[in-house]
Amino acid sequence: MSVRIGVVQFPGTNCELDVMWALETLGARAELCWHGDATVRGVDAVVVPGGFAHGDYLRTGALARFSPVMSAVTDFATAGGPVVGICNGFQVLTEAALLPGALQKNAGLKFLCQTVELRVETTTTVLTGECEVGQRLRIPINHFEGNYVCDDATLARLRDNDQIVVRYTDNPNGSLDDIAGICNAGRNVVGLMPHPERASDVMLGSADGVVLLRSLLAAAGARVAV
Amino acid sequence: MGTILTMAAYAARVDVSHRPGIADPAGATVERALPALGYTNVTQVHIGKVIRLVVEAPDADSARAQVDEMCERLLANPVIESYEVTITELARGSAS
Repeated sequence: MSVRIGVVQFPGTNCELDVMWALETLGARAELCWHGDATVRGVDAVVVPGGFAHGDYLRTGALARFSPVMSAVTDFATAGGPVVGICNGFQVLTEAALLPGALQKNAGLKFLCQTVELRVETTTTVLTGECEVGQRLRIPINHFEGNYVCDDATLARLRDNDQIVVRYTDNPNGSLDDIAGICNAGRNVVGLMPHPERASDVMLGSADGVVLLRSLLAAAGARVAV
Repeated sequence: MGTILTMAAYAARVDVSHRPGIADPAGATVERALPALGYTNVTQVHIGKVIRLVVEAPDADSARAQVDEMCERLLANPVIESYEVTITELARGSAS
């Protein structure tokens, strides 16, 4: 039986269909989870995809955090369920306090839409289980607010606990410590600015995102098997 | 019967700004632009936002407490932003 992955859709989300296509291509069953429903319907993993949830008004992710579905996502994450936030989804997860820190406007105030190189820093997360430490991945970014910030104590904790998941090899946005993605202490919640689904087929210019999505499927599958 | 609270309307002005030490890319960009106009004597440009709202409450302290709570929960992100609340009483009875 294939794993079921819930893909959260807020008003203003715009990457949900790409994420679903990429997941289904890899053999998962992807289901939309509407933001107004306070349930993730028993899925095996959740993806909060990119876009402009609630128009990004006030701050990116600030209003999305209060959508009914987020209480279900929080419960799912607290119970150890794999949750991945991509781009705007990463911003939503920080606002929801499922991940520490925040994402600020890019240094230089440029909207960045380009393929960047990432370095995998840890493989003990739900998104990198099938990677190798030091592996380089070429994956697109597409954001204005991708500049990760947190206080010194949080950064020290992220480093000490090996919670920095992927780093930029050539920092495009001023992100603290070249951070492109982090995980929570439980390692089951990951947020990253680059879009793995946009690097899920050589036709798209890179298939380097596949190993990340495959890792997520494996984590979801392991959960089913338990 | 309990005490009847007379409610009044209070205008709240919330100034949201970056916490010290948090980069302000918009402020930095404007600071770099001003010398082009001849203002070579400007430093410490910061860009934040102002949120105005009217809240009904029995007194100014209660209005402030409620707006503070709104800031903590939604209007500001304490990870990167600090805020300052100014409360002004509007004419009593003006709240509808």
